[in-house]
Amino acid sequence: MKLSALIGAGVMHFAALCSPAHAISATEQFAAYTAQAGTPAQAARGQALFISKHGKEWSCSSCHTATPTVEGKHATTGKAIAPMAPAFNPERFVDAAKAEKWFRRNCNDVMGRECTAGEKADVLAWLLTFKR
Amino acid sequence: MFYFTFKQAARMCLLATSCLGAAHGASSSAGVAPFAKYLQECAACHIAYPPGMLPAASWQRLMGTLGKHYGADASLDEATTHEIGAWLKTQAGTYKRVSGEPPQDRITKSAWFLQKHRAGEVPPEVWKRASVGSAAHCGACHGNAAQGNFSERDIKIPK
Repeated sequence: MKLSALIGAGVMHFAALCSPAHAISATEQFAAYTAQAGTPAQAARGQALFISKHGKEWSCSSCHTATPTVEGKHATTGKAIAPMAPAFNPERFVDAAKAEKWFRRNCNDVMGRECTAGEKADVLAWLLTFKR
Repeated sequence: MFYFTFKQAARMCLLATSCLGAAHGASSSAGVAPFAKYLQECAACHIAYPPGMLPAASWQRLMGTLGKHYGADASLDEATTHEIGAWLKTQAGTYKRVSGEPPQDRITKSAWFLQKHRAGEVPPEVWKRASVGSAAHCGACHGNAAQGNFSERDIKIPK
């Protein structure tokens, strides 16, 4: 019992070290947020959320720009930020945990709270309207 | 001085990566993973500030207050916070001039930083330029800052 638990833990440890984060596509991430919200997403609402301030100093676009097909720039540090639209940056929204981490922190900076699944779905709906 | 500290850390990690990769496969990655995580997490928003630029006590406070990190929420999960924090403790500055904890634990408020960037060296109006924006934006003038290189030879003050 103890031995099997140890082996199990070892395998888990190995898996955590070696396997890449569970990969999804931006479309799948969008579907997941939409399902979680339980209502259809609206791209226009996502754009409005993205480019507006919500009672604090920054909007999403303060760093990401209002044009998600181009590179942004961190408002304080000046560091370049790759485009947000998945069609212009295939690394966007392909790691669910990473997307959640950034939504959690950035929504807190912009809105003073976490975003709802519906809000995330709206933003993603808008970002997915940009095609090459 | 800082250049070498950071380069050494990078080189150690590179060495450790290749050795571990060859000899032990997936075994312990101590000394490798924390540096990679420091780059991945901290250098997502700003350059990888050389750990030797702040004393251990400052790094410890920073890592304990990531939810309120100079105006931004930079919080990480507990395991990552702990791992990066422990690594920073081992890499923190121990030079005499870095030993004092600067106000707000800001590198840019350290006595040595202010001395290096005094008005005679960097005219006050330079800091106000849009191309500089903030003292935290080392790369505005130090082109190789992201690689930990702050050599005077590479300084180019933007218009």
